[in-house]
Amino acid sequence: MTKQPIDSILIVGGGVCGLGVGWRLAQAGRPVTVLERREIGPGSLPAATWASAGMLAPHVEAEPGEEKLLPLLLESHARWPAFARELQEASGVDVGYRTEGTLVVALDRDQAERLRFQYEFQRSLGLELVWLSGDAARQREPHLSRHVVAALYSPHDHQVDNRQALLALRQAFLAAGGVLRERATVAEILVGNGEVQGVRLASGETLHAPVVVIAAGAWSATLPGLPPEAQPPVRPVKGQMLALQTPPNAPLLRHVVWGRDVYLVPRKDGRLLVGATVEEKGFDAQLTAGGVYQLLRRAWELLPGIDEAPLIELWAGLRPGSRDDAPILGATSVQGLILATGHYRNGILLAPITADAVSHLILTGETPESIRSFGIERFHR
Amino acid sequence: MTPSVESPSSPSVEAAAKATAKAAPLVIAGRTFRSRLFLGTARYPNQQVMLDALEASGAEVATVAIRRVSLGGQSETVFDLLKDRYFILPNTAGCYTARDAVLTAHLAREALGTNWIKLEVIGDDETLFPDVEQLLQAARELVADGFVVLPYCNDDPVTCKKLEAIGCAAVMPLAAPIGSGMGVRNPYNLQIIREQCRVPVIVDAGVGVPSDVAIVMEMGCDGVLLNSAVAQAREPVKMARAMRLAVEAGRLAYEAGRMPRRLYASASSPLEGRIQL
Repeated sequence: MTKQPIDSILIVGGGVCGLGVGWRLAQAGRPVTVLERREIGPGSLPAATWASAGMLAPHVEAEPGEEKLLPLLLESHARWPAFARELQEASGVDVGYRTEGTLVVALDRDQAERLRFQYEFQRSLGLELVWLSGDAARQREPHLSRHVVAALYSPHDHQVDNRQALLALRQAFLAAGGVLRERATVAEILVGNGEVQGVRLASGETLHAPVVVIAAGAWSATLPGLPPEAQPPVRPVKGQMLALQTPPNAPLLRHVVWGRDVYLVPRKDGRLLVGATVEEKGFDAQLTAGGVYQLLRRAWELLPGIDEAPLIELWAGLRPGSRDDAPILGATSVQGLILATGHYRNGILLAPITADAVSHLILTGETPESIRSFGIERFHR
Repeated sequence: MTPSVESPSSPSVEAAAKATAKAAPLVIAGRTFRSRLFLGTARYPNQQVMLDALEASGAEVATVAIRRVSLGGQSETVFDLLKDRYFILPNTAGCYTARDAVLTAHLAREALGTNWIKLEVIGDDETLFPDVEQLLQAARELVADGFVVLPYCNDDPVTCKKLEAIGCAAVMPLAAPIGSGMGVRNPYNLQIIREQCRVPVIVDAGVGVPSDVAIVMEMGCDGVLLNSAVAQAREPVKMARAMRLAVEAGRLAYEAGRMPRRLYASASSPLEGRIQL
């Protein structure tokens, strides 16, 4: 009854991390099965990959207290162009990688003060950013509000279409020989004698495996059967988002634009994404009047031209937030149980390095230097 | 005979110095707190930085907005991280009416099992100044209902006296608007409040740097509640420690009593008995 090859590696979660790791393992010729509790695509909401905005912005998003994470973000950022090319070739899907860069704008004096603080902090980390006057910002983006008084321009903060990237990963994974099982809910991670033995599905079926990768995003801590010391401290952090339609041949924006508590991401097809709230609401993924109102109000303040734009989609996602906002990658005290979760706001950005480093660990038994400080043991001090 | 100078590291002297140089503890509603610094838990880069900052601050009281977090559920909430190590003081941040604030306080009491509440009723979006009328009304209802009420209020002595008369366990006048980091904008009002109120005066909101904290502590205020000054600092954990030291320094200075001011210099070494050349 089971189609699973002997000794298949099991990956719990069909998001950008699970499929990325799976793709790399399949490319290396290993039998690998990805278990997705829903369907890869719109049906996966509120899982984070489909819900996110695909910003690859380690420079403008660097903030005090997260300096240790920055090298990992930059390393993964550097891998994205080649990752996107390889993914496009393997899948035939255009992943919408765009390099116009990112603007962070201030609408008043207080916001400009805050922006100056951010600019000086990020420059002190050696990040390349350019301070612009309001007029210079409007030369780059003519539709920005006349109230924009200052802006940061970050040439290297790019974007990718996260949804296309997920569909591309699915294609590439299957083409490389991976097995994908959708609507397969994991009821229990099977552990015995200090090693992982497989998983039991909600259907009752048991899958045996010497290696199980937890890439279940916001749900990673809730999988039954995980011993406490291998349970990643991951919680859902809700984000509401919406999309407006603008004419693809006359877009309102070309850059990604950040304002106070809002960002705007233009897609090639004219969709303009507006995100995102940050809410500690457990697994509640409801859209709320207040959340949508705040997004629209702040977006309108930055870009009044959206006034006539059709509102075409509303959704909410659950970011897998770890306690220090950094991902939880690598081995656990349970032999064969591997974590690739807790990416919080950086799942798309960290997809290439997660895929490379975690597959390397599985294939060689060696944890790459780049992820060594991101293991679960850092929470057990 | 050789002059005997006792070594400063002698244990008995050190112990005696420690005993006399210890600041008096803070007591609110019969509960003794070892630290006079209250720290908020919002707007940190992440939860780990918040936990590290709390530890570095030495604070015993951590304030948490009830609206900002969901209570219960399967996931790790800020309460789970804090409940074993800190006295959690829920606040009613984001409430604009007495009714709203009272409901939030009840929600907090049910969910957290505490009858302590930091009462905030905001009257204006831009400045986040309190709405005095609504605040007094909410304070009356909550005190009558058995809550230990710590109201965030304007730096207005009359309002503070009224809150005290209602039965609030402390008053929490602002130094400057919430999150502004503008420092102590009206030290004279705070001084009047300190002189006129018998309940503890906890300065809440607006401080930016440790010197702001030291100023109000030297004045005799009983404690300081802050959040953004630490959470939004370049290095929150270091700033938390700086604030801790400022609270301690300011309190000790208040208890020690400052020297009298004088316009002209006064040599510290006695002039008598100088060698006449």
